[in-house]
Amino acid sequence: MFSKRKFMCLAAAATMLAAIPVQAFASDWTPRRPIDFVIMAGPGGGADQIARFIQSVVEKNDLTSRPLVPNNKGGGSGAEALLQLNSARDKDHTLLVTLNSFFTTPLRQEGLGIDIQTFTPVAMMGVDPFVLWVHKDSGITTFEQFVEKVNADDGQFVMGGTGKGQEDSIVIAYMSGAYDLNIKYIPYDGGGAVAKDLAGKQIMATVNNPAEAKGFYENGDFVPLLAFSDERMDAYPDVPTMKEKGQDFSYYNQRAIVGPPGMSEEAAEYYRDLFQTVYESEEWQNYLQSESLSPLPMNAEETREYWTKQVDNHRELLAEIDD
Amino acid sequence: MEILSYLVDGLLLALQPINLGLIVIGVSVGLFIGAMPGLGSVNGVAILLPITFLVPPGSAIIFLAAIYYGAMYGGAISSVTLGIPGASTAVATTFDGRPLALQGRASLALVTAALASFVGGSVANVLFTLFAPPLATLALSFGPPEIFALMLLAFATFVGLGGDDIAKTVFSICIGLVFASIGFDQISGQPRLVLFDISGFLHGIGFIVLAIGVYGIGEMIWTIEQTRGEVTTTTPRMSVAGMISDTREAVRRGWKGTTIGSFLGFFVGVLPAAGATPGSLMAYGVAKLVSKTPREYGKGSPDGVAAPEAANNSASTGAMLPMLTLGIPGSPTTAILLGGMVIWGLVPGPQLFVNETEFVWGLIGSFYISNFAALLINLAFIPLFIWMLRMPFTVLAPMIFVLSIIGGFAATRDMHDIWLIVIFGLGAFFLRKFDYPLAPAVLAIVLGPIAEPTLRQSLLLSSGDPSIFFTRPIAGPITIIALVLIFLPALKFFRRNKSTESS
Repeated sequence: MFSKRKFMCLAAAATMLAAIPVQAFASDWTPRRPIDFVIMAGPGGGADQIARFIQSVVEKNDLTSRPLVPNNKGGGSGAEALLQLNSARDKDHTLLVTLNSFFTTPLRQEGLGIDIQTFTPVAMMGVDPFVLWVHKDSGITTFEQFVEKVNADDGQFVMGGTGKGQEDSIVIAYMSGAYDLNIKYIPYDGGGAVAKDLAGKQIMATVNNPAEAKGFYENGDFVPLLAFSDERMDAYPDVPTMKEKGQDFSYYNQRAIVGPPGMSEEAAEYYRDLFQTVYESEEWQNYLQSESLSPLPMNAEETREYWTKQVDNHRELLAEIDD
Repeated sequence: MEILSYLVDGLLLALQPINLGLIVIGVSVGLFIGAMPGLGSVNGVAILLPITFLVPPGSAIIFLAAIYYGAMYGGAISSVTLGIPGASTAVATTFDGRPLALQGRASLALVTAALASFVGGSVANVLFTLFAPPLATLALSFGPPEIFALMLLAFATFVGLGGDDIAKTVFSICIGLVFASIGFDQISGQPRLVLFDISGFLHGIGFIVLAIGVYGIGEMIWTIEQTRGEVTTTTPRMSVAGMISDTREAVRRGWKGTTIGSFLGFFVGVLPAAGATPGSLMAYGVAKLVSKTPREYGKGSPDGVAAPEAANNSASTGAMLPMLTLGIPGSPTTAILLGGMVIWGLVPGPQLFVNETEFVWGLIGSFYISNFAALLINLAFIPLFIWMLRMPFTVLAPMIFVLSIIGGFAATRDMHDIWLIVIFGLGAFFLRKFDYPLAPAVLAIVLGPIAEPTLRQSLLLSSGDPSIFFTRPIAGPITIIALVLIFLPALKFFRRNKSTESS
């Protein structure tokens, strides 16, 4: 506990620090306060795991002078997190860990008034591909059999996912459109719940990131049918991609770090260096491999271009869902 | 006995000096995190996760599990002494723990809570050790219709909780359900009921916010109004002989609640999606339902303290089961533990039990040790907590206020929630003035977010046909029991009216 006098001293020191012009730190900016590490999802989900993993790498290797403090703002499909970032008071000490609701939520909830192009790109940590899974007891082993079964069930084939407008539903909608499939879609509140209900055969198939289905796959419960990646995945060399099936479609979950609008260039540079170090660490490289993430290194300008492309893509894909 | 040899190995691992030391530290830290209103095991585990890199994975998870255990014990402490639930899992403990404390029997309440927690934890540990794989299969057979049926059953046990006035109980449940639906609609994927476009409502109304408002602020205003500012102190006994006689009384008057809580809590905990909070509330409801003296509940029944306390410990062990056997979190805290396992380089999933025998059984062994350590540490601290109660209310009231505000802020770090706590406190005071029971509203905000999506998922599955709740082998019987319980009081009411008419 601080004594009152100590507290006053600290407060005075803090005011003085704040009064010093920012330029003084231009050459070697370092964080002066704990960093608000906003996560676009609730505790325990895929995005949360990645954020905490990154935090742990930073902590373990002692990479910052101030800690990253994870702050779960999952409300409204990440809308809450986006608003928090958009109106961050301390622009140099706020960071966001994204998934694709970074693109979809501003499109689906236009009233939020969020323009992601105003945000500051910091780092692209990797992209997470999607895979179509069925339970081994279904007897389905190829994508062709899957299409046949869905057609035979005539609207009674049940798939689970994390909700309308979420990543997996976009993939399912595209797949349904391309192969004229009539699928019954049940929304759940997270990838874990979806995987559990596929394991319990409450639903018949899912589209999940490999990380969420890996345990069951290794146990032989889940069978991967199709990967929605550009190339075959190293961890699943026998699983064909949708591109091989003649559809020009791939879909990834963006795992990136983003700063608020108006983050100072010095701070942005500091964080870019920081996350570059994290990216190159042995821990992160092992994580990319074990969780089947693909690397997608890009600089700030490339990231902005990537965002523009993604927003356009998602606008089209979402229009398909709403039809 | 293969299991026994694994268990012995696990116990030996947990008893290694470093692990034993971590257990004692973890349990003590957890006890205080749990006792701090608003902060529960979720926050404790999340905050301390990064520091576990200093030790091997086995020791790390043992440490976190010890915090989890300690927090379950600690939650009861502020529920009893201050009347504010220390953690969401300890809300039901306030229902009878607080009245006991007001009668000067705080030490009885605390001893009962500690013993019930210990028994709940022990029962759960034994069930876990013996039946983990078959129970995992059972958990998987619970799809949306089964979970919804179970939630219906929980509501049914609570219809009688608010006393005789069923209309007011139903009203209270409805208010809770409306609050529960604020924020985000999972099925359509759209925000809903974001009142006045305030972004704080996007994350919905947290259960802990309502609970602190109702039981922290509301209760305080109520007490001030009742005593008209007169200084009241309870002078609870505090002696070794007193504690021994309290122990005897706790066993005599709390064994029924403990038994119900231990088994029911474990079962509810094992089901992914539920967790310890619904488990403890359901245990309270069922204990009251089967009690011969239901009228004592809410007025200071040791059974009413024992049932939720046994249940929350037993459920927290139960929630570890789907985490370890399937890699699926059974509660928010286990979700974070699961994340920790990934960080430590373990692969959660069905193979964990086979590939990481030492890790899994070391953890199970640590449950036994943590449970025992938590009991001893908790009992040792009881005199300290009782001493706190000797403070005059004029000192205690501002303290409760400050703790409520800090606790509410700590959980979400959002000022929005602080204003809500104050508003709920005032609202609760007036509702109480008009004799509305508040426990059902609290129950509804816990169970609503589980019940609503599962109801709608089930109806999507069946294309809108409600018979899905009756035709499935597990959901069917549960639904029918729930409906009978809901309509039983109405039937009784109808009969009673008839008999008064004829006489």
